[in-house]
Amino acid sequence: MKTLVWVEHDNKAVKDATLATVTAASKLGEVHLLVAGAGCAAVADQAAQIAGVGKVHLADDAAYAHGLAENVAPLVAKLMESHDAVLFPATTTGKNIAPRVAALLDVMQISDILSVEGPDSFTRPIYAGNAIATVQTSDKKLVITVRGTAFEKAAASGGSASVEPVSGEGDKGLSAFAGAELAESARPELTSAKVIVSGGRALQNSENFHSIIEPLADKLGAAVGASRAAVDAGYVPNDYQVGQTGKIVAPEVYIAIGISGAIQHLAGMKDSKTIIAINKDEDAPIFQVADIGLVGDLFKIVPELTEKL
Amino acid sequence: MKVLVPVKRVLDFNVKPRVKADGTGVDLANVKMSMNPFDEIAIEEAVRLKEKGAATEVVVVTIGVAKAESDVLLTARAMGADRAILIATDDEVEPLGVAKLLAKVVEEEQPGLVILGKQAIDDDSNQTGQMLAALLGWPQGTFASKVELGGNGVKVTREVDGGLETVDLKLPAIVTTDLRLNEPRYATLPNIMKAKSKPVAKKTVADYGVDVTPRLKTLKVVEPGKRQAGIKVGSVDELVEKLKGLGVAK
Repeated sequence: MKTLVWVEHDNKAVKDATLATVTAASKLGEVHLLVAGAGCAAVADQAAQIAGVGKVHLADDAAYAHGLAENVAPLVAKLMESHDAVLFPATTTGKNIAPRVAALLDVMQISDILSVEGPDSFTRPIYAGNAIATVQTSDKKLVITVRGTAFEKAAASGGSASVEPVSGEGDKGLSAFAGAELAESARPELTSAKVIVSGGRALQNSENFHSIIEPLADKLGAAVGASRAAVDAGYVPNDYQVGQTGKIVAPEVYIAIGISGAIQHLAGMKDSKTIIAINKDEDAPIFQVADIGLVGDLFKIVPELTEKL
Repeated sequence: MKVLVPVKRVLDFNVKPRVKADGTGVDLANVKMSMNPFDEIAIEEAVRLKEKGAATEVVVVTIGVAKAESDVLLTARAMGADRAILIATDDEVEPLGVAKLLAKVVEEEQPGLVILGKQAIDDDSNQTGQMLAALLGWPQGTFASKVELGGNGVKVTREVDGGLETVDLKLPAIVTTDLRLNEPRYATLPNIMKAKSKPVAKKTVADYGVDVTPRLKTLKVVEPGKRQAGIKVGSVDELVEKLKGLGVAK
């Protein structure tokens, strides 16, 4: 089987989410990559180094600069004439584009796969990960999004694929990028961090969130996450949210502070290797999944912990 | 401008899903069913557009069991939708099939905007809006946290992994809702009573002449591996020792 993997990037460098997707694709067959962007030749060169990649298709066009689904979906659909499967990382970019490709190809997409069981069958989470379904497709072509935490990352170096330019229809004139407010942080990215410190509604306000959670995270070299409740309350921006509809994470250590543990939150972090919970309510559901729990007042415990580390 | 809002009837978000013993799916017998929470946000947004004078009519549509008429479609009308369309079926219809049916409804209704939830909390597919956009050849503003209509287009602020992104879309367009777009109103009892007189057009899948045969076969459904509750430590010092043991603290 010939597979095509959508390379997630910012026109400068390949994003980590790509690597797990390459691993998933390699279980199906030969792996080709698509780098679609503008002024992104360096990304293609970097992508060509990924271990196990046979070829990199480079579509360099201003119309693809911001990954607008209206413009890139027809390009991917065209490349699918010579590929059997296309895999996207289940990031907001992948989730935006993949279904548009699937509908253009008249294929039912398989979202957020956890494993490859065979050439046409996969496991995927449903009901916020409270059930795992094994599905088999009857479509001739496959359109798949891949859960990054479920697959090992392919080695970023060691490969020497050729880079071939491809072109598509360019700008469809339906949509335009108007701007972005992207969080800039010196901390690790949530989805690839080894340690995550996450805060919930019990922090009470934005000031507390920053003054209590962030020093601990910085002491541990950790990324900062949050529950939906903390994001809804405006303590931190949306890109901090861990959960069913936010980011799915699986770090070595996840420290949940003042998070009760709604199933929608657990769905986003329960595959973490070690879960530590700090909560004043000893009956909070978070303790049912935590490996290490400490019951008490976070406003006393967390500053003390930060100081003692 | 007319706004079309497709909604889905799903297991209530407060109910813990139970996998059936025979591994064929999740048990939906005798459990509370509600409107998919993201779809409530979609209705709220459409109703607010109408209240601001930017939309003239809000039409809600669902594909599913006939019972939806008296629960989710009633809630939708009570929240402010003007009328409803029920496309009745007892079979599960996949996002691709739903998108094909919705494309037919769009052909008939000619809305200027279709607002959908970004995903349904049962199958967590996150596909229907994008698929509908592809079938219609319309632009898509997915995972919206802000929707501003103006002139001949709509500006959509999107929740993306890195933060927020804004796109300008031509109309007609597809918007899918994220959590922070708005806080949906409750369907009050008086409004529920009044909603009963708002019309519901009853259709079946066969009326649309669309092949919705599933492409995916569910081979089995299992519960995920369960985590065991661990230990509780009694002090910060003990926690520090544990963190050292895990190699994350020196």
